[in-house]
Amino acid sequence: MKEIYLDNNATTKVDEAVFEEMRPYLCELYGNPSSMHFFGGQVQKKVDEARKRVAALLGADPSEIIFTACGTESDNTAIRSALETFPEKRHVITTRVEHPAVLTLCRGLTKKGYRVTELGVDGAGRIDLDELRNAIDDDTAIVSVMWANNETGVVFPIEEIGAIVKERGALFHTDAVQAVGKIPLNMAASTVDMLSLSGHKLHAPKGIGILYLRKGTPFRPFLVGGHQERSRRAGTENTAAIIALGKACQTAAEWLEDENTRVLGMRDRLEKELLSIIPHSRINGGGAVRLPNTLSIAFEFVEGEAILLLLSEKGICASSGSACTSGSLEPSHVLRAMGVPFTCAHGSIRFSLSRFTSEDEIDAVIRELPPIILRLRQISPFGRELLKG
Amino acid sequence: MWDYTDKVKEHFLNPRNVGDIPDADAVGEVGSLACGDALKLFIKLDDAKERIVNATFQTFGCGSAIASSSALTEMIKGKTLDEALAVTNQEIADFLGGLPEEKMHCSVMGQEALELAIVTYRGGPAPVHSHDHLHGEQEGEVVCKCFGLTDGFLRKVIEQNRLHTAEQVTHFTKAGGACGGCIPKIKDIIAQVLGEQPAVAPKKQEKLTNLRKMQLIQEVLENEVRPQLWADGGDLELVDIAGSIVQIAFRKACAGCHSSGHTAKFVEQKLRDMVSSDIVVEEVEG
Ligand code: FES
Repeated sequence: MKEIYLDNNATTKVDEAVFEEMRPYLCELYGNPSSMHFFGGQVQKKVDEARKRVAALLGADPSEIIFTACGTESDNTAIRSALETFPEKRHVITTRVEHPAVLTLCRGLTKKGYRVTELGVDGAGRIDLDELRNAIDDDTAIVSVMWANNETGVVFPIEEIGAIVKERGALFHTDAVQAVGKIPLNMAASTVDMLSLSGHKLHAPKGIGILYLRKGTPFRPFLVGGHQERSRRAGTENTAAIIALGKACQTAAEWLEDENTRVLGMRDRLEKELLSIIPHSRINGGGAVRLPNTLSIAFEFVEGEAILLLLSEKGICASSGSACTSGSLEPSHVLRAMGVPFTCAHGSIRFSLSRFTSEDEIDAVIRELPPIILRLRQISPFGRELLKG
Repeated sequence: MWDYTDKVKEHFLNPRNVGDIPDADAVGEVGSLACGDALKLFIKLDDAKERIVNATFQTFGCGSAIASSSALTEMIKGKTLDEALAVTNQEIADFLGGLPEEKMHCSVMGQEALELAIVTYRGGPAPVHSHDHLHGEQEGEVVCKCFGLTDGFLRKVIEQNRLHTAEQVTHFTKAGGACGGCIPKIKDIIAQVLGEQPAVAPKKQEKLTNLRKMQLIQEVLENEVRPQLWADGGDLELVDIAGSIVQIAFRKACAGCHSSGHTAKFVEQKLRDMVSSDIVVEEVEG
């Protein structure tokens, strides 16, 4: 069975061209870029090129790019750096819908005596800028707000947030792992001080990320013990993956328009068809600005894991924001923060497309999903009442 | 992602006995939409009102909840009411070739619905359950507000399944799985239950060879203790083992933390529970 992969917000396929680009740097050109000899030097050149390619996608200067091992490392580095830079400031602001990489770290800070404000969201997943204005003060060291939400695709107004943050002299970090490559970013004209990016979300391999660090932003490294990345991130460079990420960023820039036209069109078609065929379904984040590739849709009176397992039987890979798959017993923290009604909070499914998604695959979901929901509603006591009524 | 046995999978994909019985003799309904799973069980008895001739279900829930319900109906058909009442959640899980531990609450839900159906049929008071915010008075104090679970119910599941950690209780009942606010109370109940069980063959204390003991100590520290410390940014190092004396040094957040005395006690208790009751933990400067 050929898989229909619609879980690209979880991870993506490595692009063949990206793989070809990195391939020689494993078995043949394996030199250490720090070495004095020519063999390391040629790798250094490729790493420099990759840095330029990443910078180009972000509209940044290559010197502002620090390679890390993943988005989570970048998030941790950014927030910890801000706290060390301003030891006298004891307040952190984030949102209730952040990725655990940020949220877990911030919640841990409360145990160390920090005040942590988690901004709420409305039913469509949007934050209230006034809440931010009220929360931020001179004690605020850093504000960390994701660019786009991984579960719903809701995009936050990053520049408006940044303007408020800058006014109060705090640092501004954004976890942009879901946004990069899906919507255009331009750091040169941005208020963001630090930004996290993850390679495996944009068709590079796992194990590589970057932290964008605006020139002039005070910084304390997270990993020390080497001069790599201009002493901002010690540890021998993951050269092959860096080179892959460079290529992936270059390619992402080329496909950005496709993402916002063809991919968006497929997402919208999937959304419209499912809503019209399946009664008692709703879009999570429907009223908000969203990423072009993400569809989070909730079905009343059925449970998400059961839907996923039946989809999986048909070769369709999606994910759920619901309890049973994540091992936790509640609907995801994102859906709860949005106040998704309890009748469908447990039955949410996320489809996330990529440039490799085809219209045929979308057709397959439109064909296969409605009978699955119907079947589960026939088993569900609540669903049966619905069908009767 | 299929961490399920073939039998679970098969019962989920082809559930038996879905539906209702319009003239059912007994009906048991547990769970709710808000909880994320619910089961409605219908039972039809023979003319003598003794033996179950038919059973059907309706379930809202994940794959293993549907499979457990299907299994339950298959298991109880042909049984007398008393035989059916004796079915435990473990037997439901066994029928399916086992359930992942974090899904054991699905089998508990099946057993609950069964008991509720039979007891109400017999005109008794609703059993000390449960789960549903919708039904009947519940005996005892509600311990887990998120899932509406009473101490009587938790106590019963803890006893029947010999649970000894709060995490297990979450896996079996969901209690503690949402806000986590009830976990301290769950731990109290476990302690009470364990205290009450009069030396149920006080954990067969096999005589350990020194080598085995050392291995066990290391395993417990690696698998049970350190992950918990990491969660709070701490860590420890095993410095030495001399007979029953285990010397440890705390690292990171634990080092110099005021509560490291408590932490040492916690480590000691873990090792006593899981390795040998004569272990003494000493904190040293490492
Ligand atoms: S009270 Fe038990 S999980 Fe919230």
